[in-house]
Order: sequence, then structure tokens, then C-alpha cells
Amino acid sequence: MPTIWLVLVLIALSVAGFFLGRNRALVSANGNPKDLHSLPSYYGHNVALSALVPALGILAVWLLLQPMLIDTRVSQMIPQDAVPEGTTLGLVMSDVRRVAEGLDIAVAQGAMTPEQARNVRTEFSDVRGRLGEVGVALGADVRPEVMRAAQTYRSMSNTGTTLMTIVVALVAIGGFAWSYGRTHKDFRARNVVEQGIMALLIIAASLAILTTIGIVLSMLFETRNFFTLHPWTDFFFGGTWAPNFRGDSELSILPLLWGTFYVSLIALLVAVPLGLFAAIYLSEYASSATRSFAKPLLEILAGIPTIVYGLFALLTVGPALVRFFGRGEDGILGVEWMTGATSVLTAGLVMGIMLIPFVSSLSDDIINAVPQAMRDGSLGLGATKSETVRQVVIPAALPGIVGAVLLAASRAIGETMIVVMGAGAIAKFSGNPLEAMTTITTRIVSQLTGDTDFASPETLVAFALGLTLFVLTLGLNVLALYIVRKYREQYD
Amino acid sequence: MNDMTVVDNTVETQRTKIAAQNVNVYYGESHAIKDVNVEIEDKTVTAFIGPSGCGKSTFLRCLNRMNDTIDICRVTGDILLEGEDIYDKRVDPVQLRAQVGMVFQKPNPFPKSIYDNVAYGPRIHGLARNKAELDEIVEKSLRRGAIWDEVKDRLQSPGTGLSGGQQQRLCIARAVATEPEVLLMDEPCSALDPIATAQVEELIDELRENYSVVIVTHSMQQAARVSQKTAFFHLGNLVEFGPTGQIFTNPEDPRTESYITGRIG
Repeated sequence: MPTIWLVLVLIALSVAGFFLGRNRALVSANGNPKDLHSLPSYYGHNVALSALVPALGILAVWLLLQPMLIDTRVSQMIPQDAVPEGTTLGLVMSDVRRVAEGLDIAVAQGAMTPEQARNVRTEFSDVRGRLGEVGVALGADVRPEVMRAAQTYRSMSNTGTTLMTIVVALVAIGGFAWSYGRTHKDFRARNVVEQGIMALLIIAASLAILTTIGIVLSMLFETRNFFTLHPWTDFFFGGTWAPNFRGDSELSILPLLWGTFYVSLIALLVAVPLGLFAAIYLSEYASSATRSFAKPLLEILAGIPTIVYGLFALLTVGPALVRFFGRGEDGILGVEWMTGATSVLTAGLVMGIMLIPFVSSLSDDIINAVPQAMRDGSLGLGATKSETVRQVVIPAALPGIVGAVLLAASRAIGETMIVVMGAGAIAKFSGNPLEAMTTITTRIVSQLTGDTDFASPETLVAFALGLTLFVLTLGLNVLALYIVRKYREQYD
Repeated sequence: MNDMTVVDNTVETQRTKIAAQNVNVYYGESHAIKDVNVEIEDKTVTAFIGPSGCGKSTFLRCLNRMNDTIDICRVTGDILLEGEDIYDKRVDPVQLRAQVGMVFQKPNPFPKSIYDNVAYGPRIHGLARNKAELDEIVEKSLRRGAIWDEVKDRLQSPGTGLSGGQQQRLCIARAVATEPEVLLMDEPCSALDPIATAQVEELIDELRENYSVVIVTHSMQQAARVSQKTAFFHLGNLVEFGPTGQIFTNPEDPRTESYITGRIG
């Protein structure tokens, strides 16, 4: 029975449980809801949740664990010498899974009887041909040990699935019976449902946290793999980024880090003044009518997908800059400083535009948090609006604004699409903003796209780069949040 | 109510400092101040009393055009400072506010040092030519604010670190530093404990020598203690205005009597 049916049956059971539980509670109170401890629907929900949630939880865990367990068991069946030169056990196992899947399809289409599928031997039968007939194409003839492993795999997963169906059904029925039995007018169903809801919320929160931990751990393991293949001294202290496939790549993060910081710096030079001034105008000078349409308009910028900014960089800003700084005699300045549309300046300018709403809406909130009494005090002394902003409001809001800038900086460092399209692909140290340079994120993209071999340092370096980036942005975010929080306490 | 009988404040008539004629204030549709006429004298403490929402703070904020910062607020009528209409187009509200200082309900020192708090106004208005002069202004203002002895050794520590009463006296010193002619105080003691209140009240009495002081207060005892003239506001109207002693002992209007005896408010 496919899993989807199992889930549907569970849901049906739980819906039935709702009505049955509600009814039983009402009956125990002789049809008078006022005699019940909780509202009738709580009794229904109690039965429905007890039937559904534990069963679904077990189903989810089972579905995660079963393939892992079967994989380990079956891979022990494959002798070391059955793994051909140049491939890995993992590749053989994927063959095994494919054959097992093929046998399933063959049985489902009637090309084989279940009996045949269990016992067929490659020594006596053209399994590849027979599977090909039902649409499962195999790369090579099936070797006997793979065939045997596939058959074990198949029988184990069949047993596993049957077992799973039985266990899940039993748990569901058990939960149903237990909570249905407890349903009585004095039973405190509301409290139980309340606890159940809290448990659900806790599970949701912990899933999010566990995922984060999982991401960090997976990056950590791959990074460790990378450092076993490549010296860490070269990664952190080398001066060249030159991956190749001859095996003597120089993979140093420093040129990429320089590019990242340079682009981010230009982006912040654009975004911080513009964003901050926009925030000051919106919060201090604009009338409420202006504010009510200008602020959402500014925040639209934050909703534009970064790929669109990338296009803007590549097709509009880059060529415009070339018209200014390039083309020799034909250019506007008559100089030949810039050759291609991709450059640090192109990416930095466009990224700066992207960051404006970040800086402005965060600073706006922070400026609004400065108590009106401060402004009144300053205005009451005969200060003008701009004097008040400059000498009282901004100093009071400064820690928060610094926090906002740091958050924007961490966005800039982690930004990918704009630099992929606007910054270029050449890793180098240079102070010239009109040259193409590359960033950490750009290199992660290019190392992981196309044909990748997850055993070579050229691919695994992406994880080390990713981890470094993660540590950088995490550090910036923590610092920014610390500063913002400290500032909040001042006025609360 | 023994306090109310100790009104021995002199009621010699002084020159008129601020004259308000037919002042009306609107917040959007609501009519907050209705046809108020009042004459505020120089070197006198004038108290505005009345129940919450009667418009006394609104009227006070008209006197230095602080209501300009509220978009929906509209003021009609004339308010004359030394005979000049402060709502005239040629008058710069920024300059006006230097002449008519204000102290607020909640102490609001800037997040700067004590010295910079007091020096804020003089710096903005360029009152000091050099550091020595500025030091002098700061010291003089802090002495007038009756807080010099408490802070003279820590002028560079933040003003927000002072106690509530000290903060309010710092704010008064800050307002005094710009050499205003009139000092407006919007419930200056409502956030203070009785001891700090007594200190501020004493200070207000001293300030009378140099300034015209207008104080909004909820405490009738305070009005009786510190003011020479009292104006009673009710529902946006100026009900009665006269010497403090007369208002508290022999009010003309029955509404004033009801308020000071605690029957309305």
C-alpha cells in the first residue's frame, strides 16, 4: 500500500475521531454542553490529535531511517572486489537501487511475476533486456552480486513498508482508543489540547534550529574533507586563486575576500548616505501623506529579485560606466580606463541601490524610536530642524544606525546574483574599481556548477568558502544585533 | 489646604510681556482653545490650572509656537510678545523659541554630557565667542538652575545619569542658558518626588527675578505656592484670570470654585 493511502487513512481516522470524541463527551454530559469541563470541540480535537500526530511522527521518522538502515545492510553484501576500479561503493549502491526499482516496475506492469522477481538470476536470464522492455534502461549488464543485493534490497524495503504500515496503523488506533476512552465530561480536554498545541509549536521551532545546525555541520564536514586534500595554509594565506584540473590548483581565499570587501565597500558608500538621508527625510521632514506613499515605494526596491538587479548592472549600469570611463576618444571623458561592462564599480553601485531600503527602513525605525521629548527639547531651545537632527536625533540613534549598516554589510558580503553578473570573474588584488574582480559568492557558484566531482579540492573548496562567508556574516549579524539591542535598552 | 492661605506673594503690577488676544486653536476638526484673552506680566510667575484636557498645555505651547511641529494644529488670533505678533510671517519660530524657553513635563536631557547639554543652546545661537565665555555661561546657567554644586565635579559625565530632580533642574539650566525672556514650564514637577519638587519650586521663585515664568500645573497647592497670577482653564475656555490669592480665596466664577474645592476635574 503506497504511503499516501496510509496518510489518507490516518486523516480519515482523525476526522472521524473528532466527531466521535465530541459526541461521546456530549453524551457523557447528557447533551448539556454546560456540564462539560471544556468546549465540546476540545474533546473532538483531543481524539483527532491523539490519533493523528504520534502516527504521523512515527511515519516521518520511519521514512527517514528505513532507507538508511537498508542501505547499510545491503552495502555489506557487496564484496570489496565487486567494486570496479575508478568507481566507489556509492555508485554500485545506486546501481542496486536502480535494479530494485526496475524489478518493482516490472512486477507492477506484469512483465514478471513477484516469484520471478525474487528469484531471477542474471546467470540464466537477460535481466537488462527484460528491464529495458518495461522502460528501465541500465548502463551495463547486471552483475550477479548487484542482482542479489537488489533483490535483498527489494525484499527488505517491502518488509519494511509492511511493517511500517502496521506499526503506524497500530499507533493511530492506539492513540484513538486511548483518548476516546478518556473522553468524559470531567476530562480536562482543553488543557490537554493546549499542551498538544504547544508541543506542535516547539517541534516547528526546533526543526528550524536543527536545520541550521545541519547546514553548519554539513559545511563543516565538507570543509574538513577539503582541508585533507588541500593545505589550509594556502587557503588562508596564499595569494593566488587559480583552480585547474591538473591537480596543482592554488586556492587562496584572500583575492576573493578582497574582491568581496571592495564591492561591499562601494555598495555601502552608495547605500549608507542615500538610505540614511532618505530615512531622515521620511521620519523628520516628510508630511504623513508623503510618508505614506514614499515609504512603501522605497520598500519596493527591497522586493526586486536580485537577478533583476544583476540584469540592470550588466545591461544598463555597466555600459553607462563604459561610456564614461572607456572607449578612448569616443567616450564621454575621452579616457580608456574601462574595457568591459563588468567591474567592481558596476556591481558595487547596483548593490548599493539594492541596499538602500535596508538601511533606510531600519534607520527609519530607529530614528522614530528616539523619544519626541528629545526633539521638543532641542526645538524648544530654538534649534532648527536640521540642527536637531544633526546634534540630538542622530547621536541618540547612532548605535542603532551602526547596527543597521552592519546588517546591510552582511547582506552585501553574502549577495550573489549581482556580483555574478556585474563584477566579473578575475580573482586579483587591485585597487582600481574599474577593473573586473571576483567575490567569494561568485566563486562558489562557478565551482559548483557544471560537471562536479565531489572528491576534488577544486569542488570542495566551495564549502570552505561558504563556511568562511557564513562565519563572516554571522559575526557581523551578531555584532549588529548586539549593538541594536543595547541601544533599545537605553530608552525602554 | 493650609497651603492655599500662605499666598503672600506680592501682586505689584508689572509690565505686560505677552498679550494673547482672541486665540483659538484647532486640532483638525476639534476646537481645543476658544477665544482666550490673557496678559502675562514680566517678572511674574503665572500659573495655568484646570482639569486634564482643558487646553492649558496647548495654550502654553502656542506661546513659543511649539504647536508648529504638529501638522494638524491651527492657531488663529494674535499673540503679542513685547507688542510684536509672534505668528507674523516675518517672525522666525526658531528665534522666537530662543526668546521664549520651554521646560517639559518629563525631564529630557540630551544623551550628551552635562556640559554639552547646557552649552547646546548657546552654541546654536552663537552666544559665546570662545571656550572661556561658554564655560562662564554654563556655570552661570547651572547656578541659576540650582544644580551647580551637585554637578560641578562631573560636568563631562552624561546628563542622563542624573536623578529625576537633577535632570529637571539641568533642563531648566539648559533653557536658561539661551537667555530667554520668558520661561514656559509644562508640568515641570509631575515626574518628580516631593523633595525634587520643592527644589524646583524654590528655583522657580528665584527665576522670577529675571524672567517671566508661565507654569502649567495639576497641583493647585503648587500653583498657590509659586505663582502670583493664576488662570483657570476649563473645556478650552479661559474661565477666570487674576491674582493667585484672589482665585484661591475668592473666585468669581462658580466653575473655578468647584474646581479648586475639588468638585470638578
